[in-house]
This record gives sequence, structure tokens and C-alpha cells, in this order.
Amino acid sequence: MSGFNGFERSDGTVGVRNHVVVIPSVACANGVAAEIVRQVPQAVPLYHGHGCSRAGRDLELHFRTLSNLARHPNVSAALVVGLGCEVIKADLLSGEVSGTGRRVEHIDIQAEGGSRRAAEKGAGIVRNLLADAAKESRAAVGIDRLIVGLECGGSDAFSGITANPAVGVLSDLVVADGGTVILTENTEMIGTSHILERRAVSPEVAERIRDMVARAEKRTRDILGPLASMVIAPGNMDGGMSSIQEKSLGCITKGGSSPITRVVDYAESPTGKGLVLMDAPGYDVESMAGVVAAGAQVVIFTTGRGNPIGFPIAPVIKVASTSKLFASMEDDMDVDAGKVLERGIDEVGREVQRLMMGVLNGEPAKAEKNRQDGILCLYTTGPSF
Amino acid sequence: MERLVLVINENDNVAVALREIVAGTGVEVPGRGVLKAVDDIPYGHKIALEEIPEGHPVVKYGETIGFASSHVQEGGWVHTHNMGPVEVNS
Repeated sequence: MSGFNGFERSDGTVGVRNHVVVIPSVACANGVAAEIVRQVPQAVPLYHGHGCSRAGRDLELHFRTLSNLARHPNVSAALVVGLGCEVIKADLLSGEVSGTGRRVEHIDIQAEGGSRRAAEKGAGIVRNLLADAAKESRAAVGIDRLIVGLECGGSDAFSGITANPAVGVLSDLVVADGGTVILTENTEMIGTSHILERRAVSPEVAERIRDMVARAEKRTRDILGPLASMVIAPGNMDGGMSSIQEKSLGCITKGGSSPITRVVDYAESPTGKGLVLMDAPGYDVESMAGVVAAGAQVVIFTTGRGNPIGFPIAPVIKVASTSKLFASMEDDMDVDAGKVLERGIDEVGREVQRLMMGVLNGEPAKAEKNRQDGILCLYTTGPSF
Repeated sequence: MERLVLVINENDNVAVALREIVAGTGVEVPGRGVLKAVDDIPYGHKIALEEIPEGHPVVKYGETIGFASSHVQEGGWVHTHNMGPVEVNS
């Protein structure tokens, strides 16, 4: 596959969009971020419910996710809006981003003298950032600069035989051309650890896979108790699933058949190419935030029941598992993978690829046309204090 | 002939029924000719593309999804009544 035209960043990454984002460092700053975006609608808000009353593992996860989103390849520049007394302070977040050479500004609501003054000042900063972003232009780069994130949500009986295998074809094409693909949702890897381990490039990677899947299974049992069998066992699989391996293979087939080069933590950027697994949960909106924060410029999202969600700073391409779904939610669906039944998996995989290349070069995905931005949902392992 | 089954990986020994298949129906498998369903195959379930002796792997997505717990005829329905799980040491 040929390359794409993207925005080359000072840290060596390449964006497929050129957003100026307004990112609250804490939930208490969402209102001021919203007022800034009301005044400057071209800016993209990254609302979330975190930034305070956390420590340890969850603080690490949230800080990494927010700072990685603020310096995401699809972001030209960021304004961090803080309150002043929170745990993840605006200057900490801003410092983390500027340390990588990316453009970022920050304000604190308490230091500016309240919401109105902070919003006025923030809007002025964002106008300047947008004016500078408008001067940036695209340049041709190779697929080796691309990270594709994979997700599924609202699956049905066809997801595992149409949409997911077709996306697997795309994944193999991206990896063959030197790109990176991130497969996640570890809940959906339960039962297939031995298969994934066999595909690992080294014993160390295999060990990390075994550890990740074992923890996913334990977590699922701990959270769901007796209901865990709904996820882990094939007991309720009247649709034709005869084993947990069969069910999970229908999910992980999205990643194609390439060797697995590494396992990364939630929102951690992979340092190498190829097929990468991310240790993130089956909850699609949380794992999608992790995958985008890791640097995925585009997300390929398969759905059977019809999930319209997007992501504020990355195009999310929707692959419908049936022609019926594609027809009934055509405003939300980008690709009809129901065509696999007539045309085969390979041909539909190549159609996903063609559509993705157009989106990389600037064509809006349906979720972008619909402004399916929502709020960030971040993976959290424990309670707040 | 109407497309009745989908083979996901070329190494698979089962295919997915795209509609309910009645025993005795001729089923065209692209690249592998026509086989006859020997059981009723429910929609979304698996049909054996070849004989699977007891203890042999059932392969879908190019991977072992279980082992035949009894002899499976070509064209037979494959599900939990004749397929046992993969035992994984974890």
C-alpha cells in the first residue's frame, strides 16, 4: 500500500488531523473548557471526569493518558486548563508535553481569578494556536509512520465471521508495509493465550501475554462472580460458539496473523512496529482512549449491533458486520462487511484499507461527520479517595 | 447455487452455516467442491468439511478451537455434543 499525507510533528510522529485541543487537567475545569470551545468552536475539547483524588497506579494511568492525548500526532497544539488545587496540575501536564517538544499552553482558573476570566484568556490563547495550526500543511509519508488501533463494540454473531476477519486482512497489510497495529480488549483474549503466545516474537513477549490474559481472566471472575461464565465459558453460546477459543478467536482475528512484537500497558506508546497487544479492558470506550493515547492516528471499529461512537481527535472507521446493519445505520457505518458473504474476506479487507487511506488523507469518517466526540472514559483500577 | 457456508481460513476443517441447512442438502464449498450435509446445521453453527476422527482437532480461524469427542462425518454438525474443549495449562 502506498503512503499517506500527514502533518509531521517535532517529535517525529505524523498526524492525520491537525486539531487544537482544550484539555482540562481535572474534571473541575470541564466547564471553563466548554466555555472556551463555545467562544472558539474550531477547538476540540477533551472532557473527562478525572485529575484528582487518585494516587499510585490510577494516577499513573490517567496522567499518561491525558499527557499522551495532549501531544497526540493528530494534535497541532494543546491548551491545558487546570483549577489550581488538583492532583494532576495543569503545569505538570503541560510540562510533560512541552518536554517532548510539542506545543502546549496552560492556565489555572484560580490564578486567573475565576471562570469568566480564565475562559476569556483561554479563548485568546486558542485563537493564536489555531492561527498557527492553519499554517501547517501535509507531506507525503510512508505506512511505517502509521499506528492503527483496533476496537469492537456491540458485537453480533456475524462480527467474528465478516467484519473482524476483514479487518484482520487490513492489519496484515499495514504490518507488511512496516506499520503498527494495536490489538487490545484483553477480556476478549481469554482462552487464546496459548495461541497468542505462539505468535510472540520472543519468550519475554510470550510471558507478558500469558500474564496479561491470566489477569484479565482473574479480573473478569472477580468482578462478575457467577456471571463470569457468560464471558469465559461457552455455556450460553447458542449462536454456534462451541468453545471459549472459538469465541475469542472471532475477536482477535481483527489483528490478523502477524507475529506479536510486544505488549504495552494502557495508553503506552509502542516503541517498535508490527502487531502490538495493549493491556486494556474489553470496555470499548476505555480501551479506545488507551489506544489513541498510545499514538494510534486512526481506529478501525467493528460492530454488529451498531455502535456510533467516535473519538474527539482520531477518526474512527465503523465496519458493520451485516448489510442489514449497514443499511439501517448508514449515517454511522463506513464499511459494509456483510459483503464478505458474496465477495469474500480478502476483498472486503481491501475495501476497508481503501477507505482508511482516504480517511488518513483527510476524508472525514462518518463518526467525524456526526461529531461523535463524547467524553473521555479512562481505565481505572480502583476507587478514588 | 446459493452460498450456504463461509470458510474463514484455508486451513479450517469446519465452515460456518450462513442459513439453516437441512440434512441431505448439497453444500458448495468454494474451492473444495460440493459436500452433502448429513445433519441439520443451525444458522451460525459449524459443518465439518471433512471427516474428523475422534481426538482430532477442530480447526476454525486456522486455529484449534477444540477436539472431536466422537467421530464426525464429513457434512456433520460440529458443536458441544461432539467437540470437547482445548485443555490449557494456566
